[in-house]
Amino acid sequence: MAYQFEFAPVFEHVDLLLAGAGFTLALTAVGAVLGIGLGIIGAICRAWKLKPFDWLFGIYVEVIRNTPFLVQLFFIFFGLPSLGIRMTEWHAAVLAMVINLGAYSTEIIRAGIQATPRGQIEAAQSLALSRAQIFRHVVLRPALAKVWPALTSQVIIVMLGSAVCSQIATEELTFAANFIQSRNFRAFETYFVTTAMYFLMALLIRQLLIQIGHRFVTGRAR
Amino acid sequence: MSLVKIAGLHKHFGTNHVLKGIDLDVAQGDVVALIGRSGSGKSTLLRAINGLETIDKGELVVDGTALHDGKGDMRALRQKVGMVFQQFNLFPLLTAGQNVMLAPTVVKGTPKKEAEDIAKEMLFKVGLADKFDSFPDQLSGGQQQRVAIARALAMQPKVMLCDEITSALDPELVSEVLAVVRQLATEGMTLIMVTHEMRFARDVGNKLIFMHHGRIHESGDPKTVFADPQTPELANFVGAVQAA
Repeated sequence: MAYQFEFAPVFEHVDLLLAGAGFTLALTAVGAVLGIGLGIIGAICRAWKLKPFDWLFGIYVEVIRNTPFLVQLFFIFFGLPSLGIRMTEWHAAVLAMVINLGAYSTEIIRAGIQATPRGQIEAAQSLALSRAQIFRHVVLRPALAKVWPALTSQVIIVMLGSAVCSQIATEELTFAANFIQSRNFRAFETYFVTTAMYFLMALLIRQLLIQIGHRFVTGRAR
Repeated sequence: MSLVKIAGLHKHFGTNHVLKGIDLDVAQGDVVALIGRSGSGKSTLLRAINGLETIDKGELVVDGTALHDGKGDMRALRQKVGMVFQQFNLFPLLTAGQNVMLAPTVVKGTPKKEAEDIAKEMLFKVGLADKFDSFPDQLSGGQQQRVAIARALAMQPKVMLCDEITSALDPELVSEVLAVVRQLATEGMTLIMVTHEMRFARDVGNKLIFMHHGRIHESGDPKTVFADPQTPELANFVGAVQAA
């Protein structure tokens, strides 16, 4: 007998799905802002070779980029309490996302900083700008503009990766999907809808970041 | 009393001794042309005057601000020295006006409105009053270079350094930039320029310096130096340039 598709049992729980999607987006928003902020700091330390922070960030970047996100999350949520550091599943999820995105964006932004033409820095030096002023007014925005598409992709990867936060019972979209599926046993329909929602959210974030890029980074919105 | 005074200046790149004891006095209002073959040290000397190259040994004084053996208040020195580069080096995400306003607001703390007025005045001076809101990539090379001149002028430097500022321009754009430099010279701006525009050096300059192997090989009034070179190296160089 052919499988009868029934989406109604999924849409019964539409409130849970929407709430889950909302939490996924919130996690992503906080993770993106703090993670890119951390990435900027890391990129400065690496690009300017500020000892000892440059090699501390170097170790951090290598550790995070060469280990699974799920293990990083488990380490924070299940491992750290052994040292007396306890946190809610939300805090653990945000922290893991910030740490993960921070490592990738350190490398992405560093590439942008190091691609700054030498002549622009010399022009700023000849105008008597200090090192910090040169970074803030001459280097940072063009560097972010160059790597903005890469950062956008990385934020989306982190948003999609936040699905594994369901494993520590963070009630984001995948957690909601797992819950609904365990009630109605409609795995195909539930994960079909969930997949579509992730897809739409990724498109939304990409468009949003492109707009933010035009408005604030390249400054060429007009 | 000289505006720029250089005494016993030495500079090495690794084992390469590129400046071997430069002594140079530039008076207020002088227009100095630095010429010489590539590798003779002329660009390095120019870049040393606002600290883009460090000085290993010697003294550099600009309007009372001194560097001894490369040590001193570099930013105070740079505020007195403007520089224009071969490749323009405008800040690509800032408009022409913002390029000119940046240093006055950030370095001198000039209020935004006032800096805007300065920028408008400087862009007017270089003939680009209508390009305040244009981005660098919307301007021709000659226009970009004139914005770069306006940007340097906005800091009210005592001396302007020009590092082959027409070498990256299409031939038909050279004259508009040289016209601006000529006007600055007429207004009494002190200029030190590395240039390959020999006719311009002769017409506008009042002092010519021929660099050879890291030393000032010959110098003097451009008209007499060009007409009657005292050393075979300069005679050779002038001949090669004029043949081209």
